[in-house]
Amino acid sequence: MATAFSPQAEQKIQDICRRYPNTQAACLPVLHLAQDEFGYLSDEVLDLVADRLSLPKSHVFGVATFYTMYHRQPVGKRVLMMCTNVSCMLRGGYDTLHKLEQTLGVKAGGTTADGEFTLIEEECLAACADAPAMICGRKYFLNLTPDKVEEALAECRKLPAHSHGATASASATQTPGQKKH
Amino acid sequence: MPADRTTKVVTRLFGTAGSSSIEVAMKHGAYSRLATALGMTPAAIVDEVKKSNLRGRGGAGFPTGTKWSFIPKGADTVYLVCNADESEPGTCKDRELIFWDPHLLIEGMILSSYALGCKHAYIYIRGEMMREVAVLQAAVDEAYQKGFLGQEMRSAVGTFKMDLTVHRGAGAYICGEETSLLNSLEGRRGWPRLKPPFPAVKGLFGKPTIVNNVETLMNIPWIVEHGGAKFAELGVGKSGGTRMVCMSGHLNKPGVFEMPIGITFRQMIDEVCGGVPGGRKVKAVIPGGSSMPPLDIDELDVPIEFDALMSDPRIKPVMVRPGQVFELAPGRPLRTMAGSGGIVVMDDSTDIVAVTARIMRFYAHESCGQCTPCREGTGWLARVCTRLANGAGRLEDLELLSSISYGIAGNTICPLGEAAAWPMMGFLTKFRADFERAAATGEANHKAGRVPAAAHTHGGAH
Repeated sequence: MATAFSPQAEQKIQDICRRYPNTQAACLPVLHLAQDEFGYLSDEVLDLVADRLSLPKSHVFGVATFYTMYHRQPVGKRVLMMCTNVSCMLRGGYDTLHKLEQTLGVKAGGTTADGEFTLIEEECLAACADAPAMICGRKYFLNLTPDKVEEALAECRKLPAHSHGATASASATQTPGQKKH
Repeated sequence: MPADRTTKVVTRLFGTAGSSSIEVAMKHGAYSRLATALGMTPAAIVDEVKKSNLRGRGGAGFPTGTKWSFIPKGADTVYLVCNADESEPGTCKDRELIFWDPHLLIEGMILSSYALGCKHAYIYIRGEMMREVAVLQAAVDEAYQKGFLGQEMRSAVGTFKMDLTVHRGAGAYICGEETSLLNSLEGRRGWPRLKPPFPAVKGLFGKPTIVNNVETLMNIPWIVEHGGAKFAELGVGKSGGTRMVCMSGHLNKPGVFEMPIGITFRQMIDEVCGGVPGGRKVKAVIPGGSSMPPLDIDELDVPIEFDALMSDPRIKPVMVRPGQVFELAPGRPLRTMAGSGGIVVMDDSTDIVAVTARIMRFYAHESCGQCTPCREGTGWLARVCTRLANGAGRLEDLELLSSISYGIAGNTICPLGEAAAWPMMGFLTKFRADFERAAATGEANHKAGRVPAAAHTHGGAH
């Protein structure tokens, strides 16, 4: 298998596994780690996680596809999660989302051609009292009205990247999962 | 003494610089209750919690002490799990609590673990809360360094030592449901489990498990310090302590507040949050997260307390359809519930049908897919509501919404089905004219041959 965890990641996996009575319970944290390491969870990466934790591949596939934060396709260097749920909707969250779509030139769910941003229409981020809200990694953008979008994006560009960034060709294809090697 | 608006049990460090560091937190009393608790027997702590009338702050309002007493006597392994998967729309308190005072949560978990006989506790924190995950993990590391975790401490009944692990979710609202959370913590898909067996008997890794909300556990140090009776006195009736209230929507001063549990919705809106912008009137209020049936303008003088919201006759019963009351049990109509403390205020310019459609779309997105009534029904509700909101509905859609909701409620493994069906029936009951108007517009559009795209789900609330 061409894909392998780095020695640092391997060390972290051992630390994670010590916190649980079996390796299955390490499945979510190790998938997070794998996504940090490889940018997204391709079939090869899922196989690697399954092998490392001695779990059936079908189990790891089932988990990876159940949760919305595991990316099965390449994503941009930075993932923008814009909330449009009820509290944000009431305070113009959709206007902000549309402004983001216009400014970035992608629809929600898409990745910009330069591989910089993936825009996601997100469910409630638990920042309702400061709606509309968006997060990019550990950074919250609160009371994010459309007029503040450009400034917010400039700030986002300075934040640490979440992934190596999707290439334009990879992001253009919307096929779920990657071809088996 | 009953709480007033300045009483702080869980928010004492809100606004304090560096409050998440152990040095600052300890200056303000963090971990000072450990010695008191470890000098008591575990059973004595459970008794204090029972006396305190502390009720679960995650949504169900179940008495915490009673829940704790369901752990079988003599169980060899017991787990305590903190539910920090806050994701009920309108709820934004646990994220703030973790950010400002992670050590109060850790202390609460140490005290609770000692009381329950738990040697390894977990905090299941929502995957999206990347900032809070970092704050919490740093705080747990500090607590290990200081020896509050991972090292033996002397107690009244021998020694006590425990571990605490932060476990990050990965994006699934359903994992806030406790059995789904346990499956997720075990490395599975977040599918809810059938109950019984209840987690207190057979939970995490098949062992007796208590799942408590962040705010619930953060009240434990106060109870240990001041005693259960004093905590009960802070509250009202059978609800002890204070309540975190999340105020969002059309308000001049939205925010997250720790409040006396007897405060009313009207007081929260007018006195605490400065009223509604532009001098507008309130049209609807979601009282405790979007899964709770809404209140209308005539129902706002009820306190935010658990029992009042379930039984106060000033709150109109939810109807399945005109003439048919929705009953939780014979003679017990559903009014609403206090839920998770997420209060969403909508002014009189709000398009209620569009808001309902957005809420239904959320539950359809988050249904785990296990039970047919919820998997199919939530999507159906979302599609019908959306077409009504977009002027593509039909007059018969109102009865269709009633019939789908009634078909979901009570027929699923977990309460996500009710979380969609209850507000759907609630909005239909209290804002029926809005739905009728939307249906009439749809009929007119159909007749004139100008039906908008029904699948379009975007659209503001105004």
